[in-house]
Amino acid sequence: MAQRLLMKGNEAVAEAAIRAGCRHFYGYPITPQTEVAAYMSKRMPKVGGLFLQAESEIGAINMVMGSAAAGKRTMTSSSSPGISLKTEGISFLAGSDLPAVILNIQRAGPGLGGIQPSQADYNQAVKAAGHGDFKMLVFTPATVQEMCDCVFTVFDLTDKYRMPGMLLCDGLLGQMMEPVVFPEPVEGLPAKPWAVNGHRNARPGNLVNSLYLHPEALEARVRERFEMYKTIEETETQAECFMTEDAEIVVVAYGACARIARSAVTAAREAGIKAGLFRPITVWPYPKRELTGAAKTAKAVLTVEMSMGQMVEDVRAALEYKKPVEFFGRTGGVVPTPAGVLGEITRMAKGEWL
Amino acid sequence: MKVVYDKPGFLRGLPFTYCSGCTHGVIHKLVAESITELGLEGRVIGVAPVGCAVMCQSFFACDMIQAAHGRAPAVATGLIRAVPDGVVFTYQGDGDLAAIGTAETIHAAGRGENIVIIFVNNAIYGMTGGQMAPTTLTGQVTQTSPYGRQTDTAGYPIKVCEMLATMEGVSYAERVSVHRAPEIRKAKKAIKKAFEYQSSGRGFSIVEVLSTCPTNWGLTPVEALDWLADNLIPHFPLGVYKDKFAGEAK
Repeated sequence: MAQRLLMKGNEAVAEAAIRAGCRHFYGYPITPQTEVAAYMSKRMPKVGGLFLQAESEIGAINMVMGSAAAGKRTMTSSSSPGISLKTEGISFLAGSDLPAVILNIQRAGPGLGGIQPSQADYNQAVKAAGHGDFKMLVFTPATVQEMCDCVFTVFDLTDKYRMPGMLLCDGLLGQMMEPVVFPEPVEGLPAKPWAVNGHRNARPGNLVNSLYLHPEALEARVRERFEMYKTIEETETQAECFMTEDAEIVVVAYGACARIARSAVTAAREAGIKAGLFRPITVWPYPKRELTGAAKTAKAVLTVEMSMGQMVEDVRAALEYKKPVEFFGRTGGVVPTPAGVLGEITRMAKGEWL
Repeated sequence: MKVVYDKPGFLRGLPFTYCSGCTHGVIHKLVAESITELGLEGRVIGVAPVGCAVMCQSFFACDMIQAAHGRAPAVATGLIRAVPDGVVFTYQGDGDLAAIGTAETIHAAGRGENIVIIFVNNAIYGMTGGQMAPTTLTGQVTQTSPYGRQTDTAGYPIKVCEMLATMEGVSYAERVSVHRAPEIRKAKKAIKKAFEYQSSGRGFSIVEVLSTCPTNWGLTPVEALDWLADNLIPHFPLGVYKDKFAGEAK
């Protein structure tokens, strides 16, 4: 039987990445994700892998680009201000059709902000992870176990679609310790005939490129990617429903915040309120159909986030603005309490919404 | 018929897109000849910069990747760490390497990454139409130093080889020029040596090549070659700044 281990989120996700076949990790210290780099620096040499501490977040993401282009499973991790620095590189990864995994253990912003947990980088991850027309896969695990499971999935999908993918977590998940069972290590990674690793006089030279000087050629390439994005939106969404079958108030929350919301939903049920929780696991692609289904019986929807309200716009759009969608959030590193969420559910159950 | 001169096979044979009189073409040929003569073609992975020389990704007949502005040494780091027997080189201009990419350059050098940097210094941003570069000479007129580079507001030109030669991680740093045939021969020797060092695992090499930009200097090709000799070389003296393996038998 697989071993059950008690591990910190940041360390577990690093171990999971190694088991998912990552042997090239480029990091830079920033709270609250530094344990990822520390774990990688200890473990990678033992498994024949590479940990390299870059000169900056910009350096790290471009090293990722080099190793990804050479065909390797590659990852970098950071926290909010560092992710901002990586956005140039993420755009280049997307524009060059390169698979790579970026881990964001979010802290509060803007600016240097604070080092406490936050979900205020949702819009950055989902809407504008860099300049230009592109999408990035974004997974939002809610437990340490799910962080590990998602790493495997995101590596597989980034390879499958040749695009960057992000694990959008927060300081709560990164810092908490929970039991985890690791999936079996990945064996036999997919072939990457497009990689630049030296043609060895056996094929023509490969080119990894994001420059298209003819606008029609660039438009055509971008349109091809958007066709692929459509397929991903149809096939790769993930979400979890909790007591939504008959729910009159559906709470939508992701990541660590969803666990707080779940406690509030359970308490609401105990108080006789028909509440339910919808938890997106992918936020790009956004699980629109799943949400529409989960909110079928809902009179109103409450979105809970550790931000001033970012995902709430996607919830409203997914429900086509047909249901009242309210927002409750704390920001700046303040974590909402189950009591706070329950208060909102209770108010809304009385038919009070804006 | 005996062939006495031919284009190196490492160049794809596409027409160069560089301006008349620009010396990128000469430098491309020297890189291509060096790699061909050393028989390294199959192992080469080149990193193209942002700027005029981004087009080199189409000209060199090897695996190529195009990096963001200034990030070529970081991309090269990711490549050489993933393909340790690769012959990884970057081809960068002065704005790319010595302005926006200074951190990437210095830290790749500091780590002693086993890569070759071909650093083409023409003291100006070419692709964007002739703005002041980190290597623009004091008093030199450019689009963004219309009254000549003033040191009180724009500071002084950066001497890259001199700076990198102080670093322990650097194996080889030489500045050459391509404005006359004898200098072209010396430049070839330096570029070939850098690839020899890299392909035998000897670490970080940089060859800085003084180059012309007749279009943005506002000179004819011939005048540009003379301007380089008269102005760039006095400020950027040619020569070997560091060679950890000097005098060692090959």
